Amino acid sequence: MTVGHLFRYVFEPGFFASGPVHVALAVGTVIAITSAVVGVFTVTRGQSFAGHSLADIATTGGAGAFLIGLNQFWGYLAFGVGAAAFMEMIGVQRRRGRDVATGVVLGAGLGLAALFLYLGTQNSSTTGASFTILFGSMFVITSSTVPVLITSALLALATVLVLARVLLLSSLSPDIAAARGVPVRAVGAAYLMALAVSVALSAVIIGAVLSTALLIGPAATALRVTKGPVRAMAVAAGIGVVATWLGIVLAYDSFYWPPAGRGWPVSFFVVTLIVGGYLVTYLRRGDRREAAAEALDEEQVCSPA
Amino acid sequence: MRGELLRLDGVDVRLGGREILRDVSFAIRPGEFTGLIGPNGAGKTTLLRVILGLQPVTRGAVLIDGAARVARHASVGYVPQKLAIEPDMPLRVKDVVSLGLDGHKFGLRLPSRARRELVSDMLTAVGAQRYASARVGELSGGEQQRVMIAHALISRPRLLLLDEPLANLDISSEQGIVSVLARLARAEGIAVLLSAHDMNPLMPVMDRIVYVAGGRVAVGRTDEVVQPEVLSRLYGQHVDVIRVHGRILVVAGAEGVDDTEADAEDASVVG
Repeated sequence: MTVGHLFRYVFEPGFFASGPVHVALAVGTVIAITSAVVGVFTVTRGQSFAGHSLADIATTGGAGAFLIGLNQFWGYLAFGVGAAAFMEMIGVQRRRGRDVATGVVLGAGLGLAALFLYLGTQNSSTTGASFTILFGSMFVITSSTVPVLITSALLALATVLVLARVLLLSSLSPDIAAARGVPVRAVGAAYLMALAVSVALSAVIIGAVLSTALLIGPAATALRVTKGPVRAMAVAAGIGVVATWLGIVLAYDSFYWPPAGRGWPVSFFVVTLIVGGYLVTYLRRGDRREAAAEALDEEQVCSPA
Repeated sequence: MRGELLRLDGVDVRLGGREILRDVSFAIRPGEFTGLIGPNGAGKTTLLRVILGLQPVTRGAVLIDGAARVARHASVGYVPQKLAIEPDMPLRVKDVVSLGLDGHKFGLRLPSRARRELVSDMLTAVGAQRYASARVGELSGGEQQRVMIAHALISRPRLLLLDEPLANLDISSEQGIVSVLARLARAEGIAVLLSAHDMNPLMPVMDRIVYVAGGRVAVGRTDEVVQPEVLSRLYGQHVDVIRVHGRILVVAGAEGVDDTEADAEDASVVG
Protein backbone atom coordinates (compact mmCIF):
# COMPACT_ATOMS: atom_id res chain seq x y z
CA MET A 1 0.00 0.00 0.00
CA THR A 2 1.48 3.34 -1.00
CA VAL A 3 1.38 6.52 1.03
CA GLY A 4 -1.24 7.81 -1.39
CA HIS A 5 -3.49 4.83 -0.73
CA LEU A 6 -3.11 5.23 3.01
CA PHE A 7 -3.84 8.92 2.73
CA ARG A 8 -7.04 8.29 0.79
CA TYR A 9 -7.94 5.54 3.24
CA VAL A 10 -7.60 7.86 6.24
CA PHE A 11 -9.09 10.98 4.73
CA GLU A 12 -12.38 10.22 3.03
CA PRO A 13 -13.21 12.24 -0.15
CA GLY A 14 -13.98 15.90 0.34
CA PHE A 15 -12.39 16.16 3.81
CA PHE A 16 -10.05 19.01 2.90
CA ALA A 17 -12.63 20.85 0.79
CA SER A 18 -15.34 20.86 3.44
CA GLY A 19 -16.10 24.25 5.04
CA PRO A 20 -17.43 22.81 8.31
CA VAL A 21 -14.23 20.74 8.57
CA HIS A 22 -12.08 23.88 8.22
CA VAL A 23 -14.07 25.64 10.94
CA ALA A 24 -13.95 22.56 13.19
CA LEU A 25 -10.19 22.22 12.80
CA ALA A 26 -9.47 25.91 13.46
CA VAL A 27 -11.80 26.34 16.41
CA GLY A 28 -11.10 22.86 17.78
CA THR A 29 -7.34 23.45 17.83
CA VAL A 30 -7.48 26.74 19.71
CA ILE A 31 -10.04 25.47 22.23
CA ALA A 32 -8.18 22.21 22.77
CA ILE A 33 -4.98 24.11 23.60
CA THR A 34 -6.77 26.48 25.98
CA SER A 35 -8.65 23.69 27.76
CA ALA A 36 -5.53 21.59 28.17
CA VAL A 37 -3.40 24.41 29.61
CA VAL A 38 -6.19 25.61 31.92
CA GLY A 39 -6.73 21.96 32.86
CA VAL A 40 -3.16 21.53 34.12
CA PHE A 41 -3.88 24.15 36.78
CA THR A 42 -7.34 22.70 37.45
CA VAL A 43 -5.82 19.33 38.32
CA THR A 44 -2.91 20.91 40.23
CA ARG A 45 -5.26 23.03 42.33
CA GLY A 46 -7.60 20.07 42.93
CA GLN A 47 -10.47 21.93 41.26
CA SER A 48 -11.64 19.25 38.83
CA PHE A 49 -14.87 19.26 40.80
CA ALA A 50 -15.35 22.99 40.18
CA GLY A 51 -14.73 22.36 36.47
CA HIS A 52 -17.39 19.67 36.40
CA SER A 53 -19.90 21.84 38.28
CA LEU A 54 -19.33 24.68 35.83
CA ALA A 55 -19.98 22.28 32.96
CA ASP A 56 -23.29 21.17 34.50
CA ILE A 57 -24.44 24.75 35.05
CA ALA A 58 -23.28 25.69 31.54
CA THR A 59 -25.61 22.99 30.19
CA THR A 60 -28.53 24.91 31.71
CA GLY A 61 -27.26 28.11 30.11
CA GLY A 62 -26.87 26.50 26.71
CA ALA A 63 -30.38 25.02 26.85
CA GLY A 64 -31.79 28.37 27.98
CA ALA A 65 -30.05 30.22 25.16
CA PHE A 66 -31.46 27.75 22.65
CA LEU A 67 -34.96 28.25 24.05
CA ILE A 68 -34.83 32.02 23.56
CA GLY A 69 -33.11 31.71 20.18
CA LEU A 70 -29.58 32.82 21.08
CA ASN A 71 -26.36 31.11 20.12
CA GLN A 72 -25.66 28.46 22.74
CA PHE A 73 -22.15 29.78 23.44
CA TRP A 74 -23.60 32.89 25.10
CA GLY A 75 -25.70 30.68 27.36
CA TYR A 76 -22.72 28.51 28.31
CA LEU A 77 -20.60 31.58 28.94
CA ALA A 78 -23.15 33.58 30.96
CA PHE A 79 -24.11 30.67 33.20
CA GLY A 80 -20.54 29.41 33.55
CA VAL A 81 -19.12 32.81 34.54
CA GLY A 82 -22.12 33.48 36.83
CA ALA A 83 -21.65 30.11 38.52
CA ALA A 84 -17.92 30.76 38.92
CA ALA A 85 -18.64 34.08 40.62
CA PHE A 86 -21.15 32.37 42.89
CA MET A 87 -18.67 29.61 43.77
CA GLU A 88 -16.00 32.15 44.56
CA MET A 89 -18.42 34.01 46.82
CA ILE A 90 -19.58 31.05 48.88
CA GLY A 91 -16.37 29.09 48.53
CA VAL A 92 -17.89 26.01 46.93
CA GLN A 93 -14.43 24.85 45.96
CA ARG A 94 -13.77 24.19 49.62
CA ARG A 95 -14.54 20.65 50.51
CA ARG A 96 -17.28 21.25 53.02
CA GLY A 97 -19.51 23.11 50.58
CA ARG A 98 -19.25 20.45 47.92
CA ASP A 99 -21.83 17.94 49.05
CA VAL A 100 -24.64 20.45 49.32
CA ALA A 101 -23.68 22.09 46.04
CA THR A 102 -23.62 18.76 44.23
CA GLY A 103 -26.94 17.57 45.51
CA VAL A 104 -28.93 20.76 45.28
CA VAL A 105 -27.51 23.34 42.87
CA LEU A 106 -26.21 21.02 40.17
CA GLY A 107 -29.29 18.84 40.30
CA ALA A 108 -31.51 21.88 39.96
CA GLY A 109 -29.37 23.14 37.07
CA LEU A 110 -29.69 19.95 35.08
CA GLY A 111 -33.40 19.79 35.88
CA LEU A 112 -33.80 23.27 34.38
CA ALA A 113 -31.73 22.21 31.38
CA ALA A 114 -34.14 19.31 30.80
CA LEU A 115 -37.09 21.70 30.95
CA PHE A 116 -35.50 24.22 28.57
CA LEU A 117 -34.61 21.50 26.08
CA TYR A 118 -38.10 20.02 26.29
CA LEU A 119 -39.76 23.38 25.67
CA GLY A 120 -37.24 24.42 23.04
CA THR A 121 -37.49 21.30 20.94
CA GLN A 122 -41.32 21.34 21.09
CA ASN A 123 -41.43 24.86 19.74
CA SER A 124 -38.94 24.64 16.93
CA SER A 125 -38.39 22.20 14.16
CA THR A 126 -34.62 22.00 14.69
CA THR A 127 -33.83 18.36 15.26
CA GLY A 128 -30.88 17.30 17.33
CA ALA A 129 -30.69 20.53 19.36
CA SER A 130 -30.71 18.61 22.62
CA PHE A 131 -27.97 16.43 21.28
CA THR A 132 -25.87 19.40 20.19
CA ILE A 133 -26.15 21.10 23.56
CA LEU A 134 -25.45 18.00 25.63
CA PHE A 135 -22.83 16.38 23.44
CA GLY A 136 -21.71 19.15 21.07
CA SER A 137 -20.94 19.16 17.43
CA MET A 138 -17.96 20.76 15.82
CA PHE A 139 -19.55 20.53 12.39
CA VAL A 140 -22.45 22.89 13.14
CA ILE A 141 -20.47 25.86 14.48
CA THR A 142 -21.81 28.94 12.70
CA SER A 143 -19.00 30.82 11.04
CA SER A 144 -20.10 34.14 12.55
CA THR A 145 -19.24 32.89 16.06
CA VAL A 146 -15.75 31.76 15.08
CA PRO A 147 -13.99 35.09 15.90
CA VAL A 148 -15.78 35.26 19.27
CA LEU A 149 -14.79 31.70 20.14
CA ILE A 150 -11.16 32.18 19.18
CA THR A 151 -10.87 35.53 20.99
CA SER A 152 -12.40 34.09 24.17
CA ALA A 153 -10.07 31.12 24.04
CA LEU A 154 -6.99 33.30 23.61
CA LEU A 155 -8.10 35.56 26.49
CA ALA A 156 -8.58 32.60 28.85
CA LEU A 157 -5.23 31.16 27.77
CA ALA A 158 -3.45 34.50 28.28
CA THR A 159 -5.01 34.85 31.74
CA VAL A 160 -3.67 31.53 33.03
CA LEU A 161 -0.25 32.10 31.47
CA VAL A 162 0.05 35.51 33.16
CA LEU A 163 -1.04 33.92 36.45
CA ALA A 164 1.02 30.75 35.96
CA ARG A 165 3.75 31.40 38.53
CA VAL A 166 1.49 32.80 41.26
CA LEU A 167 -0.94 29.91 40.71
CA LEU A 168 1.89 27.41 41.17
CA LEU A 169 3.19 29.19 44.28
CA SER A 170 -0.35 29.35 45.72
CA SER A 171 -0.83 25.63 45.02
CA LEU A 172 2.44 24.88 46.81
CA SER A 173 1.43 26.97 49.84
CA PRO A 174 -1.22 29.71 49.98
CA ASP A 175 0.49 31.01 53.15
CA ILE A 176 3.86 31.51 51.47
CA ALA A 177 2.13 33.23 48.55
CA ALA A 178 0.17 35.52 50.86
CA ALA A 179 3.28 36.31 52.93
CA ARG A 180 5.02 37.38 49.73
CA GLY A 181 2.23 39.77 48.81
CA VAL A 182 0.27 37.65 46.31
CA PRO A 183 -3.43 38.56 46.40
CA VAL A 184 -4.29 34.86 46.71
CA ARG A 185 -8.07 35.24 46.70
CA ALA A 186 -8.16 37.58 43.69
CA VAL A 187 -5.80 35.31 41.76
CA GLY A 188 -8.06 32.34 42.56
CA ALA A 189 -11.10 34.26 41.35
CA ALA A 190 -9.41 35.32 38.10
CA TYR A 191 -8.37 31.74 37.51
CA LEU A 192 -11.92 30.48 38.15
CA MET A 193 -13.20 32.92 35.49
CA ALA A 194 -10.69 31.60 32.97
CA LEU A 195 -11.86 28.10 33.89
CA ALA A 196 -15.51 29.07 33.30
CA VAL A 197 -14.69 30.52 29.87
CA SER A 198 -12.68 27.46 28.96
CA VAL A 199 -15.52 25.12 30.00
CA ALA A 200 -18.01 27.17 27.93
CA LEU A 201 -15.71 26.86 24.93
CA SER A 202 -15.23 23.14 25.15
CA ALA A 203 -19.01 22.82 25.61
CA VAL A 204 -19.31 24.27 22.10
CA ILE A 205 -17.10 21.66 20.52
CA ILE A 206 -17.72 18.48 22.50
CA GLY A 207 -20.89 19.38 24.41
CA ALA A 208 -21.61 20.75 27.85
CA VAL A 209 -21.84 17.37 29.52
CA LEU A 210 -18.52 16.16 28.10
CA SER A 211 -16.57 19.42 28.32
CA THR A 212 -14.71 18.32 31.44
CA ALA A 213 -13.10 15.53 29.41
CA LEU A 214 -11.23 18.03 27.22
CA LEU A 215 -10.28 20.03 30.32
CA ILE A 216 -9.11 17.28 32.68
CA GLY A 217 -8.20 14.38 30.38
CA PRO A 218 -5.18 15.80 28.52
CA ALA A 219 -3.91 17.53 31.68
CA ALA A 220 -4.18 14.41 33.82
CA THR A 221 -2.37 12.38 31.16
CA ALA A 222 0.37 15.00 30.77
CA LEU A 223 0.91 15.15 34.54
CA ARG A 224 1.56 11.41 34.47
CA VAL A 225 4.23 11.52 31.78
CA THR A 226 6.04 14.78 32.63
CA LYS A 227 7.55 16.31 35.76
CA GLY A 228 7.85 20.08 35.33
CA PRO A 229 5.07 22.62 34.79
CA VAL A 230 6.09 23.95 31.36
CA ARG A 231 6.40 20.53 29.83
CA ALA A 232 3.10 19.43 31.41
CA MET A 233 1.32 22.33 29.71
CA ALA A 234 2.97 21.64 26.35
CA VAL A 235 2.22 17.90 26.45
CA ALA A 236 -1.37 18.48 27.59
CA ALA A 237 -1.92 20.91 24.71
CA GLY A 238 -0.43 18.37 22.29
CA ILE A 239 -2.69 15.59 23.52
CA GLY A 240 -5.76 17.83 23.33
CA VAL A 241 -4.97 18.93 19.78
CA VAL A 242 -4.18 15.43 18.50
CA ALA A 243 -7.34 13.98 20.06
CA THR A 244 -9.42 16.79 18.53
CA TRP A 245 -7.90 16.41 15.06
CA LEU A 246 -8.20 12.63 15.05
CA GLY A 247 -11.75 12.95 16.36
CA ILE A 248 -12.65 15.27 13.48
CA VAL A 249 -11.10 12.95 10.88
CA LEU A 250 -12.79 9.86 12.30
CA ALA A 251 -16.15 11.60 12.64
CA TYR A 252 -15.92 12.72 9.01
CA ASP A 253 -14.93 9.23 7.90
CA SER A 254 -17.71 7.65 9.96
CA PHE A 255 -20.17 9.16 7.52
CA TYR A 256 -19.16 6.30 5.21
CA TRP A 257 -19.37 3.65 7.91
CA PRO A 258 -22.48 1.56 8.52
CA PRO A 259 -25.19 2.63 8.85
CA ALA A 260 -24.04 4.66 5.86
CA GLY A 261 -25.09 8.28 5.61
CA ARG A 262 -25.09 9.00 9.34
CA GLY A 263 -21.86 10.35 10.83
CA TRP A 264 -20.95 9.30 14.35
CA PRO A 265 -20.70 12.08 16.91
CA VAL A 266 -17.30 13.80 16.92
CA SER A 267 -17.35 14.14 20.72
CA PHE A 268 -17.52 10.36 21.02
CA PHE A 269 -14.22 10.06 19.18
CA VAL A 270 -12.50 12.93 21.00
CA VAL A 271 -13.48 11.70 24.46
CA THR A 272 -12.65 8.08 23.66
CA LEU A 273 -9.19 9.05 22.38
CA ILE A 274 -8.50 11.16 25.48
CA VAL A 275 -9.62 8.43 27.86
CA GLY A 276 -7.64 5.86 25.86
CA GLY A 277 -4.50 7.98 26.14
CA TYR A 278 -4.97 8.33 29.88
CA LEU A 279 -5.42 4.58 30.34
CA VAL A 280 -2.24 3.83 28.38
CA THR A 281 -0.15 6.14 30.60
CA TYR A 282 -1.91 4.84 33.70
CA LEU A 283 -0.85 1.28 32.95
CA ARG A 284 2.67 2.25 31.89
CA ARG A 285 3.26 4.58 34.83
CA GLY A 286 2.10 1.89 37.25
CA ASP A 287 4.98 -0.36 36.15
CA ARG A 288 7.50 2.46 36.37
CA ARG A 289 6.44 3.54 39.84
CA GLU A 290 6.93 0.03 41.19
CA ALA A 291 10.39 -0.11 39.64
CA ALA A 292 11.25 3.31 41.07
CA ALA A 293 10.09 2.26 44.53
CA GLU A 294 12.33 -0.81 44.38
CA ALA A 295 15.30 1.24 43.23
CA LEU A 296 14.76 3.71 46.07
CA ASP A 297 14.62 0.89 48.62
CA GLU A 298 17.94 -0.44 47.40
CA GLU A 299 19.49 3.01 47.52
CA GLN A 300 18.41 3.51 51.10
CA VAL A 301 19.83 0.18 52.09
CA CYS A 302 23.20 1.13 50.59
CA SER A 303 23.51 4.62 52.10
CA PRO A 304 22.24 5.15 55.63
CA ALA A 305 22.19 8.97 55.19
CA MET B 1 16.70 49.86 69.25
CA ARG B 2 19.51 49.76 66.77
CA GLY B 3 20.71 46.48 65.39
CA GLU B 4 17.38 44.76 65.92
CA LEU B 5 16.01 42.87 62.92
CA LEU B 6 12.63 42.05 64.44
CA ARG B 7 10.83 43.50 67.43
CA LEU B 8 7.43 42.57 68.86
CA ASP B 9 6.05 45.09 71.32
CA GLY B 10 3.17 44.14 73.61
CA VAL B 11 1.39 42.01 70.99
CA ASP B 12 -2.09 40.68 71.82
CA VAL B 13 -4.00 38.41 69.45
CA ARG B 14 -7.64 37.46 69.96
CA LEU B 15 -9.36 35.02 67.61
CA GLY B 16 -13.13 34.64 67.83
CA GLY B 17 -13.18 36.12 71.33
CA ARG B 18 -10.46 33.74 72.55
CA GLU B 19 -7.14 35.12 73.68
CA ILE B 20 -4.36 33.38 71.73
CA LEU B 21 -1.39 35.63 72.63
CA ARG B 22 -1.06 38.14 75.46
CA ASP B 23 1.52 40.89 75.82
CA VAL B 24 4.19 39.22 73.70
CA SER B 25 7.40 41.24 73.46
CA PHE B 26 10.81 40.16 72.22
CA ALA B 27 13.48 41.13 69.73
CA ILE B 28 15.78 39.25 67.38
CA ARG B 29 19.17 40.50 66.19
CA PRO B 30 20.88 39.56 62.92
CA GLY B 31 22.54 36.16 62.90
CA GLU B 32 20.78 34.88 66.03
CA PHE B 33 19.35 31.35 66.18
CA THR B 34 16.19 31.54 68.26
CA GLY B 35 14.01 28.59 69.25
CA LEU B 36 10.28 29.26 69.53
CA ILE B 37 9.46 26.49 71.96
CA GLY B 38 6.19 25.41 73.52
CA PRO B 39 3.58 22.66 73.63
CA ASN B 40 1.19 22.07 70.75
CA GLY B 41 -1.59 24.65 70.66
CA ALA B 42 0.41 27.22 72.67
CA GLY B 43 0.23 29.81 69.89
CA LYS B 44 3.56 29.25 68.10
CA THR B 45 2.02 29.15 64.61
CA THR B 46 -0.10 32.23 65.37
CA LEU B 47 3.01 34.08 66.51
CA LEU B 48 4.83 33.23 63.27
CA ARG B 49 1.78 34.30 61.24
CA VAL B 50 1.77 37.62 63.10
CA ILE B 51 5.40 38.21 62.13
CA LEU B 52 4.59 37.27 58.51
CA GLY B 53 1.70 39.73 58.43
CA LEU B 54 -0.83 36.93 57.82
CA GLN B 55 -2.47 37.43 61.21
CA PRO B 56 -3.55 40.91 62.33
CA VAL B 57 -2.78 41.82 65.94
CA THR B 58 -5.42 43.04 68.36
CA ARG B 59 -2.90 45.30 70.12
CA GLY B 60 0.81 45.99 69.95
CA ALA B 61 3.32 46.43 67.15
CA VAL B 62 5.52 44.28 64.91
CA LEU B 63 8.60 46.07 63.61
CA ILE B 64 11.00 44.74 61.02
CA ASP B 65 14.19 46.77 60.68
CA GLY B 66 12.51 49.37 62.88
CA ALA B 67 9.58 49.88 60.50
CA ALA B 68 6.02 48.52 60.72
CA ARG B 69 5.64 45.19 59.00
CA VAL B 70 4.27 45.34 55.47
CA ALA B 71 3.20 42.55 53.17
CA ARG B 72 5.80 41.22 50.72
CA HIS B 73 8.73 41.80 53.02
CA ALA B 74 11.76 40.68 51.07
CA SER B 75 13.87 40.29 54.20
CA VAL B 76 11.65 37.55 55.68
CA GLY B 77 11.72 33.95 54.43
CA TYR B 78 9.14 31.41 55.56
CA VAL B 79 8.99 27.62 55.75
CA PRO B 80 5.44 26.59 56.71
CA GLN B 81 4.44 23.46 58.60
CA LYS B 82 4.70 20.26 56.60
CA LEU B 83 2.93 20.82 53.29
CA ALA B 84 0.49 18.31 51.87
CA ILE B 85 1.92 18.11 48.36
CA GLU B 86 0.24 15.60 46.05
CA PRO B 87 2.62 13.47 43.98
CA ASP B 88 0.95 14.72 40.77
CA MET B 89 1.76 18.38 41.53
CA PRO B 90 3.84 19.32 38.44
CA LEU B 91 6.69 20.88 40.40
CA ARG B 92 10.19 19.46 40.45
CA VAL B 93 12.51 20.33 43.31
CA LYS B 94 14.29 22.89 41.13
CA ASP B 95 10.95 24.47 40.11
CA VAL B 96 10.03 24.92 43.77
CA VAL B 97 13.35 26.60 44.57
CA SER B 98 13.03 28.78 41.48
CA LEU B 99 9.57 29.90 42.66
CA GLY B 100 11.38 31.18 45.76
CA LEU B 101 12.94 33.86 43.55
CA ASP B 102 9.91 35.10 41.64
CA GLY B 103 6.85 32.94 42.39
CA HIS B 104 4.98 36.08 43.46
CA LYS B 105 5.41 37.75 40.05
CA PHE B 106 2.91 37.85 37.21
CA GLY B 107 3.67 37.01 33.60
CA LEU B 108 6.02 34.55 31.97
CA ARG B 109 9.79 34.48 32.14
CA LEU B 110 12.39 32.98 29.89
CA PRO B 111 14.74 30.31 31.17
CA SER B 112 18.17 31.66 32.08
CA ARG B 113 21.49 30.08 32.84
CA ALA B 114 22.24 32.40 35.77
CA ARG B 115 18.98 31.34 37.42
CA ARG B 116 19.70 27.63 36.87
CA GLU B 117 23.10 28.04 38.52
CA LEU B 118 21.64 29.98 41.43
CA VAL B 119 19.04 27.25 42.00
CA SER B 120 21.65 24.55 41.71
CA ASP B 121 23.97 26.29 44.22
CA MET B 122 21.11 26.70 46.68
CA LEU B 123 20.20 23.02 46.39
CA THR B 124 23.81 22.07 47.00
CA ALA B 125 23.91 24.32 50.08
CA VAL B 126 20.97 22.46 51.69
CA GLY B 127 22.14 19.05 50.48
CA ALA B 128 19.22 18.48 48.10
CA GLN B 129 21.12 18.47 44.78
CA ARG B 130 20.68 14.71 44.42
CA TYR B 131 16.92 14.95 43.87
CA ALA B 132 16.83 18.27 41.99
CA SER B 133 14.78 16.79 39.14
CA ALA B 134 12.37 14.72 41.24
CA ARG B 135 8.80 15.77 41.81
CA VAL B 136 8.61 17.46 45.18
CA GLY B 137 5.46 15.50 46.11
CA GLU B 138 7.38 12.23 45.84
CA LEU B 139 10.01 13.16 48.44
CA SER B 140 10.13 12.20 52.12
CA GLY B 141 9.28 14.74 54.83
CA GLY B 142 12.93 15.52 55.58
CA GLU B 143 13.79 15.95 51.90
CA GLN B 144 10.81 18.29 51.43
CA GLN B 145 11.98 20.38 54.40
CA ARG B 146 15.40 20.85 52.80
CA VAL B 147 13.74 21.90 49.55
CA MET B 148 11.46 24.38 51.31
CA ILE B 149 14.46 25.82 53.19
CA ALA B 150 16.22 26.33 49.84
CA HIS B 151 12.99 27.90 48.49
CA ALA B 152 12.90 30.33 51.43
CA LEU B 153 16.62 31.18 51.35
CA ILE B 154 17.15 31.75 47.63
CA SER B 155 15.71 35.27 47.83
CA ARG B 156 18.37 36.04 50.48
CA PRO B 157 16.17 36.95 53.44
CA ARG B 158 17.77 38.25 56.67
CA LEU B 159 15.20 36.54 58.88
CA LEU B 160 14.09 32.95 58.31
CA LEU B 161 10.92 31.69 60.02
CA LEU B 162 10.33 27.95 60.22
CA ASP B 163 7.15 26.39 61.60
CA GLU B 164 7.79 22.99 63.21
CA PRO B 165 10.33 21.89 60.57
CA LEU B 166 11.39 18.94 62.73
CA ALA B 167 7.91 17.53 63.34
CA ASN B 168 7.45 13.94 62.15
CA LEU B 169 11.08 13.56 61.04
CA ASP B 170 13.27 10.62 61.89
CA ILE B 171 16.28 11.39 64.09
CA SER B 172 18.90 11.54 61.33
CA SER B 173 16.78 13.86 59.13
CA GLU B 174 16.16 16.00 62.20
CA GLN B 175 19.88 16.38 62.89
CA GLY B 176 20.52 16.99 59.20
CA ILE B 177 18.03 19.89 59.04
CA VAL B 178 19.33 21.47 62.25
CA SER B 179 22.94 21.37 61.08
CA VAL B 180 22.08 22.76 57.62
CA LEU B 181 20.21 25.66 59.27
CA ALA B 182 22.95 26.37 61.79
CA ARG B 183 25.62 26.33 59.09
CA LEU B 184 23.72 28.65 56.72
CA ALA B 185 22.73 31.00 59.54
CA ARG B 186 26.35 31.37 60.65
CA ALA B 187 27.76 31.65 57.13
CA GLU B 188 25.24 34.19 55.82
CA GLY B 189 24.40 35.99 59.06
CA ILE B 190 20.73 35.04 58.75
CA ALA B 191 18.59 35.23 61.87
CA VAL B 192 16.58 32.02 62.37
CA LEU B 193 13.34 31.74 64.35
CA LEU B 194 12.30 28.11 64.46
CA SER B 195 9.26 26.70 66.24
CA ALA B 196 9.37 23.26 67.88
CA HIS B 197 7.56 21.42 70.64
CA ASP B 198 10.79 19.65 71.62
CA MET B 199 13.79 21.90 72.34
CA ASN B 200 16.32 19.09 72.65
CA PRO B 201 17.39 18.74 69.00
CA LEU B 202 18.08 22.51 69.00
CA MET B 203 20.18 22.70 72.16
CA PRO B 204 23.56 22.66 70.37
CA VAL B 205 22.67 25.56 68.03
CA MET B 206 20.12 27.69 69.86
CA ASP B 207 21.37 31.12 71.01
CA ARG B 208 18.11 32.20 72.59
CA ILE B 209 14.73 30.80 73.41
CA VAL B 210 11.22 32.23 73.18
CA TYR B 211 9.15 29.87 75.31
CA VAL B 212 5.40 30.05 74.63
CA ALA B 213 2.78 28.65 76.98
CA GLY B 214 -0.70 29.77 77.83
CA GLY B 215 -0.49 32.59 75.28
CA ARG B 216 2.47 34.29 77.03
CA VAL B 217 6.20 34.13 76.40
CA ALA B 218 9.39 33.95 78.40
CA VAL B 219 12.47 35.12 76.54
CA GLY B 220 16.19 34.82 77.14
CA ARG B 221 19.15 32.45 77.02
CA THR B 222 18.15 28.82 77.28
CA ASP B 223 19.56 28.35 80.78
CA GLU B 224 17.75 31.49 81.99
CA VAL B 225 14.34 30.49 80.61
CA VAL B 226 14.26 26.77 81.14
CA GLN B 227 13.93 27.00 84.91
CA PRO B 228 11.08 25.58 87.01
CA GLU B 229 10.12 29.00 88.45
CA VAL B 230 10.03 30.76 85.06
CA LEU B 231 8.07 28.02 83.32
CA SER B 232 5.70 27.44 86.26
CA ARG B 233 4.77 31.14 86.12
CA LEU B 234 4.19 30.80 82.36
CA TYR B 235 2.09 27.65 82.58
CA GLY B 236 0.22 28.96 85.63
CA GLN B 237 0.84 25.65 87.40
CA HIS B 238 3.78 23.85 88.86
CA VAL B 239 6.15 22.31 86.31
CA ASP B 240 9.50 20.65 86.79
CA VAL B 241 12.52 20.83 84.55
CA ILE B 242 14.27 17.49 84.53
CA ARG B 243 17.70 17.00 83.01
CA VAL B 244 18.49 13.42 81.99
CA HIS B 245 21.56 12.42 79.97
CA GLY B 246 21.93 15.96 78.65
CA ARG B 247 18.27 16.11 77.59
CA ILE B 248 15.72 18.46 79.11
CA LEU B 249 12.19 17.39 79.96
CA VAL B 250 9.56 19.85 81.10
CA VAL B 251 7.10 17.89 83.20
CA ALA B 252 3.79 19.02 84.68
CA GLY B 253 2.09 17.26 87.56
CA ALA B 254 -1.19 18.25 89.18
CA GLU B 255 0.36 18.30 92.67
CA GLY B 256 4.01 18.64 91.72
CA VAL B 257 6.48 15.83 91.32
CA ASP B 258 7.62 15.82 94.95
CA ASP B 259 4.44 13.87 95.82
CA THR B 260 3.97 10.15 95.81
CA GLU B 261 4.69 7.70 93.01
CA ALA B 262 0.98 7.55 92.12
CA ASP B 263 1.17 11.12 90.85
CA ALA B 264 3.97 10.29 88.49
CA GLU B 265 1.44 8.46 86.33
CA ASP B 266 -0.64 11.62 85.99
CA ALA B 267 2.44 13.59 85.07
CA SER B 268 2.87 14.36 81.40
CA VAL B 269 5.66 15.80 79.37
CA VAL B 270 4.53 19.16 78.10
CA GLY B 271 7.55 20.39 76.23
